[in-house]
Amino acid sequence: MAEIRLENVVKRFNEDEVVKNLNLTIADGSFTVIVGPSGCGKSTTLRMIAGLESPTSGDIWIGDQCVTNVEPGKRNIAMVFQNYALYPTMTVRKNIEFGLVNKKVPKAEREALIQEISDIVGLTEHLDKKPQQLSGGQRQRVALARAMVKKPKVFILDEPLSNLDAKLRGQMRRELIQLHKRLGTTFIYVTHDQVEAMSMGDQIILLDQGVVQQVDSPMNMYHDPNNVFTAEFIGTPAMNILERERLEIFLPSLMDRVRHVGFKPEHAHISAEMEKMSDHLVMKSEIITTETLGAETIYTVMNQAGTMNIKSFTEPITDTQKVYIAIPFDQLYFFDENEKRIRATEDYMEAPMPAMVGGA
Amino acid sequence: MKKNPLWKVLNGIGLLILITIFALPFVWMISTSFKTLGETMVFPPKWIPDTLLWENFSKAWNSGPFLKYFFNSTIVALGILVLQFLTIIPAAYAFARYKFKGSNFFFGVTMVTLMIPTQLIFLPVYLQMSAWGLLDSLWALILPFASSAFGIFLLRQSFKQVPEELLEAARLDQASEWQIIMRIMVPMAKPVLITFAMFSFIAHWNDYFWPLVMTTTDASRTLPLGISKLREVDGGVAWNILMAGNLILVVPILFVFFFAQRQIIRAFVYTGVK
Repeated sequence: MAEIRLENVVKRFNEDEVVKNLNLTIADGSFTVIVGPSGCGKSTTLRMIAGLESPTSGDIWIGDQCVTNVEPGKRNIAMVFQNYALYPTMTVRKNIEFGLVNKKVPKAEREALIQEISDIVGLTEHLDKKPQQLSGGQRQRVALARAMVKKPKVFILDEPLSNLDAKLRGQMRRELIQLHKRLGTTFIYVTHDQVEAMSMGDQIILLDQGVVQQVDSPMNMYHDPNNVFTAEFIGTPAMNILERERLEIFLPSLMDRVRHVGFKPEHAHISAEMEKMSDHLVMKSEIITTETLGAETIYTVMNQAGTMNIKSFTEPITDTQKVYIAIPFDQLYFFDENEKRIRATEDYMEAPMPAMVGGA
Repeated sequence: MKKNPLWKVLNGIGLLILITIFALPFVWMISTSFKTLGETMVFPPKWIPDTLLWENFSKAWNSGPFLKYFFNSTIVALGILVLQFLTIIPAAYAFARYKFKGSNFFFGVTMVTLMIPTQLIFLPVYLQMSAWGLLDSLWALILPFASSAFGIFLLRQSFKQVPEELLEAARLDQASEWQIIMRIMVPMAKPVLITFAMFSFIAHWNDYFWPLVMTTTDASRTLPLGISKLREVDGGVAWNILMAGNLILVVPILFVFFFAQRQIIRAFVYTGVK
């Protein structure tokens, strides 16, 4: 069992509190993604779990062992670094073998392990090359092999795909998912890219300024954000968050506590003709930009309530700039003055909303 | 500008002049070492002697205990090198990778020693060696150079450039500090170590001043002292014998250089280009 627990973990660099009283449980065998904007403390958290950084206060548990003061090599953890950190003077074989030699694994066993792992990641023919002779994707595989060969309880991956080009990144993403299924070991993956988090994780931990914003499955994170930060972080494009004041004429029956109203770009309908739609918030808008992506089109439109993104799966509108957008009332998200989500209908609305049309 | 043929010619002439400045004395030394004493005085100078007098070398070699000198020089230059590696590698690693109390101060002190000329401190060192009873022994030639501020500085810079992630990866691979130094840092700093080794070896192989001060008998003298004694043969200066002796002195350095040069190129090939 290698469940990881962080209890009241705080990390300060001089006066700067990078991680603030973090309490987390990472389930055994899960693929957990820690995601957040740069400087949110995600890498620091990861490095504390690996033992490369020690917490200012609080405890870290791996399984039933408190590892707060255990040195990195003894934590039964393997890490894949952003820039791979392969030993440049050693061949691929020696790179993979280094940890085993230090662990005093007998030679015959080492050979067998290297063979097995290099087969899995497809490096067998490159074993005697130096890292500089390999492509980015191959180096990435060496870094993975070096981690896998130690048969660790926990894999830690620090933005491992950010140095690869888009196509290779997609491929490695799928390979990592397969690898996790195959090994069944706990994976902790750090990234700033919400697409990676959504596509790979079975649990996402969203951090901002050293504080956990939400811990949830990718789909819950997407459909049921706890606050404005989550809503604006997850999704491509992310949720549109509008100021309540600018929506007053559209939504007169909102309760005072509602400060922000959000909706997802794909939940809005866009059309050149005004359609009478009940139970919809309809706004006359002007298209500013149109991004056609083939299967879908992303419009940036402006209206009385501000600027917002609309995602549409119908043919792009090309003949006019003047459009109407309609958002179903039941697809609106409401947030209070602390940017926290208000979930229950009776908490945000005084009376059922009438269909209304506002002029731009 | 660069495509202009005139420029190319000028460039070639410039290089030729430079090469001549550096190579001519060397060629002159080789030439002289094969001449008769008479030929060394001829004007205009003769570049290629009429007969190659190989016996100049045996004369030089047999004019003193040259085997002993040669042996002493080798022990001194290599002994210094080994001790320097033993001291500068851990010191440079500590200065490059640890923040300890007074690290800046101690590094500053180390750097200051670079500015003190040998001639200024040879007297106290001489007295110290005398107190230890090591005068006129090879120890007196080796121990004062057991570490090198220049080497520490050079290696520290090179260790500083190793990315921190490499050390972290090694720590996660359960490597001890010593293994990190020997398996990761030193192989990565190989070009610098070889360059330093070359400088150190040449400097101490050719050193004249220090052995002159510290030794009094042939038992502990080195090649440069032996060569200088050739000048005193027969009252005048036997240039041909002297140059033969010089060539004996220089040949091992040439070997070291050619060996090191190939190593440096090889080392750069696999660490330099990403």
